[in-house]
Amino acid sequence: MTGFLTLLYKELLRFWKVGFQTVFAPMVSTLLYLMIFSHVLDAHVQAYPGVAYTVFMIPGLIMMAVLQNAFANSSSSLIQSKITGNLVFVLLSPLSYQEIFFAYVLASVVRGLAVGLGVYLITYGFFDVSLSSFPWIFIFALMGSALLGALGLIAGIWAEKFDHLATFQNFIILPLTFLSGVFYSIHSLPPFWRGLSHLNPFFYIIDGFRYGFFSTSDISPYISLGIVAMCFLAVSWLTLQMLSTGYKIRQ
Amino acid sequence: MIPAIEVKQMHKCFGKLQALAGIDLEIKTGEFFALLGPNGAGKTTLINIIAGLTRATSGSARVMGYDVVADYREARRMLGVVPQELVFDPFFTVRETLAIQSGYYGLKNNKSWIDEIIHHLDLADKADANMRTLSGGMKRRVLVAQALVHKPPVIVLDEPTAGVDVELRQGLWRFIRELNRDGHTIVLTTHYLDEAEALCSRVAMLKQGNIVALDSIRNLISGISGCSVRLRLSPDTLPPALQPLMSRCEAEYYILALDEYSQLEQVMAALRTAGSQVLEMQVFQPDLEEVFVKIMGDVEIREAVAVPIT
Repeated sequence: MTGFLTLLYKELLRFWKVGFQTVFAPMVSTLLYLMIFSHVLDAHVQAYPGVAYTVFMIPGLIMMAVLQNAFANSSSSLIQSKITGNLVFVLLSPLSYQEIFFAYVLASVVRGLAVGLGVYLITYGFFDVSLSSFPWIFIFALMGSALLGALGLIAGIWAEKFDHLATFQNFIILPLTFLSGVFYSIHSLPPFWRGLSHLNPFFYIIDGFRYGFFSTSDISPYISLGIVAMCFLAVSWLTLQMLSTGYKIRQ
Repeated sequence: MIPAIEVKQMHKCFGKLQALAGIDLEIKTGEFFALLGPNGAGKTTLINIIAGLTRATSGSARVMGYDVVADYREARRMLGVVPQELVFDPFFTVRETLAIQSGYYGLKNNKSWIDEIIHHLDLADKADANMRTLSGGMKRRVLVAQALVHKPPVIVLDEPTAGVDVELRQGLWRFIRELNRDGHTIVLTTHYLDEAEALCSRVAMLKQGNIVALDSIRNLISGISGCSVRLRLSPDTLPPALQPLMSRCEAEYYILALDEYSQLEQVMAALRTAGSQVLEMQVFQPDLEEVFVKIMGDVEIREAVAVPIT
């Protein structure tokens, strides 16, 4: 257990030491989104009846920050270690691949939740955002960040240089996040796009997360949770396969 | 007694390149052992497989009796590796680096041993400095410290003195010798054959993924009869008649390998005939370098490249 806890501690210390850019900076950019969108759209758009657009958007933006930062943590830590070569210290140690997996994913969860909590606390000062059900909020934040932490590991293992990682981020993570209903309710979409959104696992994370705030969602949160959990298990299985066979890191 | 390292029928292919072509090797506990060979001979690949950084294509390796794949946890606890590349984690200080490394091996309260290594490797002044701010030599010391943090009985050093200044090199070897005296098995790779000759009891020479020599240094050297002659001539050309005897060139010196002392007479005769004047001449017993050159079978040591399998 000590080995696993040490790697977790190292991963937490790593992002905490550069907390200004890993925790504070994403909080600031999320708030910028919020200010701009609320200024431009608040008077024109209403996603849920009786819920101001800005207030509707806040959970989406929080979750977007959670997901992006969870992904960034494991993927950038791993690729930096690979490129600078210091991953060798982990690989030489008796840590099992499961320990490596859980340490990286858990550190991603902590960073995702830290950024999400930070954004929430700041918006709390400006907008009336109620929490209808904390357990739902927490479980979706947890599952979402864990899923993205595992995806970050896959990206970090697969990428051979920073360009590859940027490709993964720009063509997979960012579109899936933006098209998941962060900024809109999918009920406002034409049927084709609404159908397509149902294929996006990130949609369920955000929809379920939003349910925790407003007790309203496009899909039942139980179904969303089931789908997110299945995705997490599938992605984890793939990541563990990659780690156990030493794909690209123990060649 | 269980061998410190035991390698059996080890093959490793990278695509079509065969890096290791069936290595068998046993290193006894307490030995000071060197792996020698030109770049690309397979030394680092072999070390990486023993350390679990690379998977073998076939064959097995054990460290203190533990299989590096099946019992990798135990095998890795038995092994400390100083990698060839100067790698470090730029987020942490020297002390943090060592505490973290120690934790990976499951050791929680390891402060007193860490202090001791820091002291031995002269890192005390830099213990709380960030790794980024350290000079190359200092980073090398931290790498050695990291390999020792879990007190492994077997220590592998992959070219630890490449690009290291004389003072550090001597300090490093003094420390490694002490560790060897305390019972640690030491395996090193180096390009400095004089270092290997001074430190090691036994060597393995690798060439294109094969072990081409495996013996004590004394046996290897006594296996070569004859002597070497080092000449400086005026004019600075070796007469054609002596070309076949030349083993290598060092600046303006020609080094000839003679099978027996009686050949000296022929050498002198050839020089007289060619009208060459001898400015300097030394006759010496063969050393490890001589053995190395002979075994590698080339007048000039080429950078051997692993051969493609066809």
